[in-house]
Amino acid sequence: MNENSIPNFREIGEITGSTDSRDVLAHATRQAAKNFDDYLIVDVDAHVSEDHFWSEIIDLIDNDVLRQIGQHQVKGFGGSNALLNISPGLSLQSVGGRIGHQGRREPVQDDGVHRFISTARRSMDAMGLDYQVVFPSAMLLLGMHPQDEIEVALAKAFNRWMIERILPIDTRMKGLLYLPFNTPEACEELVAQYGATEGIIGFTVCSTRNKPVHHDCYMRLYSMIQELGKPLAFHSGYHWGDPSFAQLNRFLSMHALSFTHYNQIHVTNWIINAMPERFPKLNMLWVESGLAWIPFLMQRLDHEVMMRPSEAPGLKRLPSDYMREMYYTSQPLERGNMKLLEATMEAMNAETQLLYSSDWPHWDWDSPATIGSIPFLSEQAKRNILGLNAARLFNLDTTRRKPLAEDVLANRPKTAS
Amino acid sequence: MSAPAMTTGASRQVVLGRHEELKIRQRMVIEVEGVGIGVYFIGEEVRAYLNICPHMGGPVCQGKIMPRTLEQVADSGKSLGLGFSKDQMHIVCPWHGFEFDMLTGRHPIDKSVGLTPIPVEVSNGEVVLTVGETRP
Repeated sequence: MNENSIPNFREIGEITGSTDSRDVLAHATRQAAKNFDDYLIVDVDAHVSEDHFWSEIIDLIDNDVLRQIGQHQVKGFGGSNALLNISPGLSLQSVGGRIGHQGRREPVQDDGVHRFISTARRSMDAMGLDYQVVFPSAMLLLGMHPQDEIEVALAKAFNRWMIERILPIDTRMKGLLYLPFNTPEACEELVAQYGATEGIIGFTVCSTRNKPVHHDCYMRLYSMIQELGKPLAFHSGYHWGDPSFAQLNRFLSMHALSFTHYNQIHVTNWIINAMPERFPKLNMLWVESGLAWIPFLMQRLDHEVMMRPSEAPGLKRLPSDYMREMYYTSQPLERGNMKLLEATMEAMNAETQLLYSSDWPHWDWDSPATIGSIPFLSEQAKRNILGLNAARLFNLDTTRRKPLAEDVLANRPKTAS
Repeated sequence: MSAPAMTTGASRQVVLGRHEELKIRQRMVIEVEGVGIGVYFIGEEVRAYLNICPHMGGPVCQGKIMPRTLEQVADSGKSLGLGFSKDQMHIVCPWHGFEFDMLTGRHPIDKSVGLTPIPVEVSNGEVVLTVGETRP
């Protein structure tokens, strides 16, 4: 040992599915402290792991028969998947448990605050988020549920749970109203009932479904949403049951293709049927498909429309022109080739149209540094993407809402790092 | 790949303990002056890496250790199914699942991606790390 020896060190533990979020995300907090603690950061897509609270939602179902079935399932085989159509054997997100925060269950003290709020606040503080928009998780596949009435019942119950029990507790949390899109009349009723509710900053359709978005049955719904002036988001997802995807033998293959697939279908129908011309003031937001599909679809649709304008007679501009006016969330951001990413961001006007999203606590989440460390973006572009674009789209107050990152680091429990 | 790089200045040494006692642990993760380092014991070999994933800066050394997954292929080209390697272990980042060979620190598919090595040796039976004036 030489005279410069440092004998003092401390051991730090393994991060598991029960580690406190502030410790799991401590490196993200350090990134925030160093690089963007003074930025407004809005996370447009984080997830309610509502399976932890599923019985609360089941209890809010307004149909006596479905509520009784759901409550019976909660106590038995269905458990936290009661009434849902997910396939437990196909829930491979955690890669055999390698990624512990997927499906995490961390200890929370019973201090009277709803457990969901307590865990969400930890992740918001640790990532340096001023606001977080929460989406349901298991409900992302409800569009493929064979029983439309169950989608409607769960949509009503989930929206009530979010509006009555979650959003009033912390104004940093915002919600998008879940629309049971397979039943347009129910969507209209929900928009009429809750559309102007404080904390509900827009509406969401889970993209994983086989319903053409240009169908006439949706025109009244779109008019109502346009009138309210809040955006309509399509949140993509996966579905291994689709006959095409059933050829894919690995979760990563199906996951890589299906998330982009459903949003490509809906954007294509939306544009080729000239919906942007019919509802010019309706802001559209496309969620959780990354960015690489956007220039692909722009080029494909422009190419075909030039040759077959008679099949898209409502268009007054090229599809890519309409796509450049839509909004997109960033996660999961493809960063493997910075030249391609730069060209993609230029093609889609990312500086004004792209919104940061984390997808926390899902396995392929992105921290704010995913945007903050992109070398070709100007500081203003980073500020826009990380928060200012979302503040403009959702009409959010830009006053700082989060604690200082250094304080978050000082106060974290340090159970694992 | 954008994780912050370690900066080095005057190097100093940290004695972790007796190799005979530590090597049965497979791994220990330590913090020295705010810098996280994972130390791995593979047979008689010792390796150490900075606890910052080259992907997005995650706490790579604090995740699971898993054997490398292999696809066994017959001479005919047919798959014989998946299996775990008997001799290659992987360090798995808990943030996103990036995997790195414990001996080489490299990603199993893209070898250009790897962990930042920290000098470590067994000297007079003690495991000794050499660290710079490091800050993550």
